[in-house]
Amino acid sequence: MGIQHLADLGYLVSAALFIFGLRYLGSPRTAPRGNQLGALGMLLAVLITVARMHGGEGGIVGWPLIGVGLVVGAGVGGVMAKRVEMTGMPEMVALFNGFGGAASALVALSELIKSDAASREAMGELGARVFLIAAGASSIIGWVTLTGSVIAMLKLNGTLRGIVAFKGINAAKAGLLVLGLLLSWALLNQPDSVLAILGLLLVSCGLGVLFVIPIGGADMPVVISFLNSMSGMAAATTGFVVNNNALIIGGSLVGAAGLILTMIMCKAMNRSFVDVMFKLYGVATDSAPGEKRTVRGYEAEEAALTFDGARNVIIVPGYGMAVSQAQFVVRELGEELERRGAQVKYAIHPVAGRMPGHMNVLLAEANVPYELLVELDDVNLSFPECDVALVVGANDTINPAAKSDPSGPLGGMPILDVEKARTVIIVKRSLAPGYAGVDNDLFYRPSTMMLFGDGKAKLTELLAAVKDL
Amino acid sequence: MIALTASVLIGSITILVLSIFLGFELISKVPPTLHTPLMSGANAISGVTIVGALMAANSQLAGFGPSVAALLGCLAVMLATINCVGGFMVTGRMLEMFKRKKES
Repeated sequence: MGIQHLADLGYLVSAALFIFGLRYLGSPRTAPRGNQLGALGMLLAVLITVARMHGGEGGIVGWPLIGVGLVVGAGVGGVMAKRVEMTGMPEMVALFNGFGGAASALVALSELIKSDAASREAMGELGARVFLIAAGASSIIGWVTLTGSVIAMLKLNGTLRGIVAFKGINAAKAGLLVLGLLLSWALLNQPDSVLAILGLLLVSCGLGVLFVIPIGGADMPVVISFLNSMSGMAAATTGFVVNNNALIIGGSLVGAAGLILTMIMCKAMNRSFVDVMFKLYGVATDSAPGEKRTVRGYEAEEAALTFDGARNVIIVPGYGMAVSQAQFVVRELGEELERRGAQVKYAIHPVAGRMPGHMNVLLAEANVPYELLVELDDVNLSFPECDVALVVGANDTINPAAKSDPSGPLGGMPILDVEKARTVIIVKRSLAPGYAGVDNDLFYRPSTMMLFGDGKAKLTELLAAVKDL
Repeated sequence: MIALTASVLIGSITILVLSIFLGFELISKVPPTLHTPLMSGANAISGVTIVGALMAANSQLAGFGPSVAALLGCLAVMLATINCVGGFMVTGRMLEMFKRKKES
């Protein structure tokens, strides 16, 4: 048994640690240990690789490059992880997805450049073919993940606003994908073609941009989950480029995990994945401008009165809470209401916010016990007995149009039945419709009180007013 | 380098397919509360590509082609390390918040 075999056994231990890590990430109690096991598996994989290169043919000749990569990467990653605000988490996760994809594509690119007729000869005919097919696939997936993630990040932090789309964008995407596959095919026959290698890079980068740019904010949970999956798939295909089982196992675990999340998010919006990715909104709108309805804005003091004697309160957070960083004052208000004898729950829609579990992270940051966070189906049973539903920056996830207008853009999406509460207080910046572009009938109902303004500012006023009751 | 044989390739494909099934099984029962940390933790694991990156970066700067390949490898190590270190640290930070609450 040579060093190669020992290393392969070591990688198996790494893979097992990844599996235990993911397993433990599945429950709040064990999740921190899961994360540590994953990190341990990664450290082990790195150490094995270094040891194997040291003991292998030629030893380690690239210390300067490896050292620079590791030190700079660890420094940048560490600082980013320490500095990021919890509200900025979706952007951060998007960017990290992109880096993972890019790293895999870069490995494929580097190996392609390094390979020559002699090295491919040594791989054997089958080996050379697998190497080239995997390198092509890894390039496409990896670069799409990078540029798609960067666009997603720019959309999430508000640099890119609105939905950028044009007619024929789907045809353009299909064209680029076909071109990418043709270039991979060309690479198989002419592995040293610089044109094919660079063409593949450019085409894939373009494809990633077109793939994410027409997708709007509320669909971001689906996109981020899918990019997460793609970063895993890129690693798995790179595993075939460098013949390494640790990459194949780790990558496909993540690929599968991301796909599951993608499906959960799609289900929560009652939309198919194809619909999210390819249906264009905002290009051809056929909605006739309805009659202009007026709505009265209330003062915080008026809204506070409804909490007087309220027994059951349900707080419904949405993206607006994240934008205005209102999670801390939300918790304070929740605690104040509990002190006054109310039972307070938080209704969490699966696609509230911009990534899976976004609201849960923010409320956890504000120290809201997670037992109080109730999922869609369960919390909907409580709305008929609810005295006050306090909505903070949510819109589409509470829009009754999902039920009353089944053919509309929101049709069939499971919503929080906020309308069944006795009184609904909605804190929102303006009457502007949500991402889906559908007016929300709830705003105009007599049982609804609209508080217009920044979420945090309005809730601070509301909290003060409730304390004065 | 040893030539790739069909049986080794089939072994790798078997590993790939079984890992995908295992991934589905592992994740399908995760509560929504943990979706974000799960995603960032999984993302950090996809940084396992660092293994390939280290091998790609392990060469000297000599000649144009090999130098480019080595520098791309170095960049790959950098990005993969950001992904791993940043990913595990930020996941840890999030999970710490979930835990802290439970004790209080």
